Amino acid sequence: MSIPVLKFDAVIVGAGGAGLRSAIQLSEAGLKTAVLSKVFPTRSHTVAAQGGVAASLGNSEEDHWHWHMYDTVKGSDWLGDQDAIEFMCKKANEVVVELEHYGMPFDRTDNGKIYQRPFGGHMSNFGEKPVRRSCAAADRTGHAMLHAMYQRNVKANTQFFVEWMALDLIRDVDGAVIGVTAMEMETGQIVIFHARAVIFATGGAGRIYHSSTNAFINTGDGLGMAARAGIPLEDMEFWQFHPTGVAGAGVLITEGVRGEGGILRNSSKERFMERYAPNAKDLASRDVVARAMATEIKEGRGCGVNKDYVLLDITHLDPATIMKRLPGIREISIQFAGVDPIKEPIPVVPTCHYQMGGIPTNYYGRVVVPQGDSLSVEIPGFYAAGECACASVHGANRLGTNSLLDLLVFGKSAGDSAVADLKSGLAHRELPKDAADFSLARVDAINNRKGGASVFEARQAIARTMQDHAGVFRFGDMLKKGAAQILEVEKQAKSLEIKDKSQVWNTARIEALETENLIEVAKATMISAEARKESRGAHVRDDAPDTPEFPNGRNDKEWLKHTLFYSADNSIKYKGVNLQPLSVETVALKTRSY
Amino acid sequence: MERAEYERLRWRCIRRALLELDIALTRFLDEQFDQLNAEQQQVFAELADMEDHDLWYLISGQAECEDSRYAPIVALLRKS
Repeated sequence: MSIPVLKFDAVIVGAGGAGLRSAIQLSEAGLKTAVLSKVFPTRSHTVAAQGGVAASLGNSEEDHWHWHMYDTVKGSDWLGDQDAIEFMCKKANEVVVELEHYGMPFDRTDNGKIYQRPFGGHMSNFGEKPVRRSCAAADRTGHAMLHAMYQRNVKANTQFFVEWMALDLIRDVDGAVIGVTAMEMETGQIVIFHARAVIFATGGAGRIYHSSTNAFINTGDGLGMAARAGIPLEDMEFWQFHPTGVAGAGVLITEGVRGEGGILRNSSKERFMERYAPNAKDLASRDVVARAMATEIKEGRGCGVNKDYVLLDITHLDPATIMKRLPGIREISIQFAGVDPIKEPIPVVPTCHYQMGGIPTNYYGRVVVPQGDSLSVEIPGFYAAGECACASVHGANRLGTNSLLDLLVFGKSAGDSAVADLKSGLAHRELPKDAADFSLARVDAINNRKGGASVFEARQAIARTMQDHAGVFRFGDMLKKGAAQILEVEKQAKSLEIKDKSQVWNTARIEALETENLIEVAKATMISAEARKESRGAHVRDDAPDTPEFPNGRNDKEWLKHTLFYSADNSIKYKGVNLQPLSVETVALKTRSY
Repeated sequence: MERAEYERLRWRCIRRALLELDIALTRFLDEQFDQLNAEQQQVFAELADMEDHDLWYLISGQAECEDSRYAPIVALLRKS
């Protein structure tokens, strides 16, 4: 079968914040650039980011990138690479001001400067007191950002391929990345995008969990493609959770509900936080609350038929207070939990929010893998940025407002690196004759398989396995079981059958292809989490508790290293954390406490 | 609505930027869309074209629906 080939200088997969930012660099450098996206760019999940973007502009009070760097290293629980973190924090002002020039409508101070607000974990003077560092555009920061960057790309003649799904990475005999295969949803046609540079900006994979704040689009497509192409995934055990998502739906219930007097209760209506945090009770920090909820559920005191959630009770509050102080909460609860919180408590569960790990890159946005004696060799022609990548700036835990900064800085950096490589002679390499065969075989198998697993059931199996075995608080025995179980689920997820055989607009087929990506991320997460026998940042195990020898359960002697998981044989390699910044002293190891 | 047109609309409803809309619109398509007449289905398709935040504020009742053409469908979405 002859497959059409489209030739570009650069192909970017994903049109959220990181993809659009890198595309600007390439198109404005005059390079022929294609951006592929499953949805219209301004429908990317970056839209959901409301908190703002961190930059030490110092518009409201004194601030410095070095303080921001310190906060980020500490937030990462020292797993972040300090060269990449310095690079990001130093570049923050530049990328925010550029965005302003693109037309981003930032909130303003009275004297016309960008308004800045405080955000958790961001401090002045190396952890002394909170600082105003977040730049926002009302509650639509991510959305406004995408609009500004999309317009800039249109002006620069970036070519968008909207409602296209990338399928597989194409590598040549030397391992260089030379393109991708992709499917146009409207026609079902598979096409080869032959490129000199390929940038992945495909976002996270939060849909591997049953309870997730992520939109349905976050199926980790770039991670699946990388894993199938033999590229390891880094630090996939680290996922950020939010304590209170609506059970079964994932939609967030703001922490303000507990601030206004909301009480968490278990199946016997007990206010269980009194046992875990006698003083702060329901107002204890996010991680303490989430861990307590997970423990209640694990020990059989959860609610409902499956005993898999707890209750957030505000029935004792004055309805007028609920309506006035917690706008939208009643509507969310009625829409997604089916309960009116004035009369009944809301079912809630710790909910997956952000993926810290991803495709390993350096701070240039170039993908790096172990090869020979080195653990970080660049793959020619391959770049990644944003949530799908691991630079690694978030390490074991991300600070709020650093995700939008990550996608701006590393989107730009990946774009700049690709431009530099292309200008210095990175050429189109010859396309192997069988370049599309692997993708064609995968799609054919899904189209023609009889007696396979249903997509819905496979997704449920992935999500339940992850939620039950590798949630916000992890138990050694559950991780062991989960690691065995996910390999069983993998068989199911790789033998999917669809009933709809149509060629055009076959959404069942697209969902099956997404599921093949989800399982790669789920497997990497579970096996990496089982293997890491310490607690660090968002990876907290009950069998690695807080002791004088290992405060917070963190064991720097054995575990100050990045995980690299290989899908083909389910093996793991480790590489050291880069503790050497670019120009300043190392932020020395110490116990992370706030 | 033709199959291809419906499937395109479906994709644009089940892959939104906001989780709230993924859930609300998927549920509406599965439970109520078939009961609409052709004109109402067209109005729903127009609503689905709105920016995510604007549509979510309408559905969640945080914004009022001022367009009389949209109001009946918005009312159904709020109840679904």
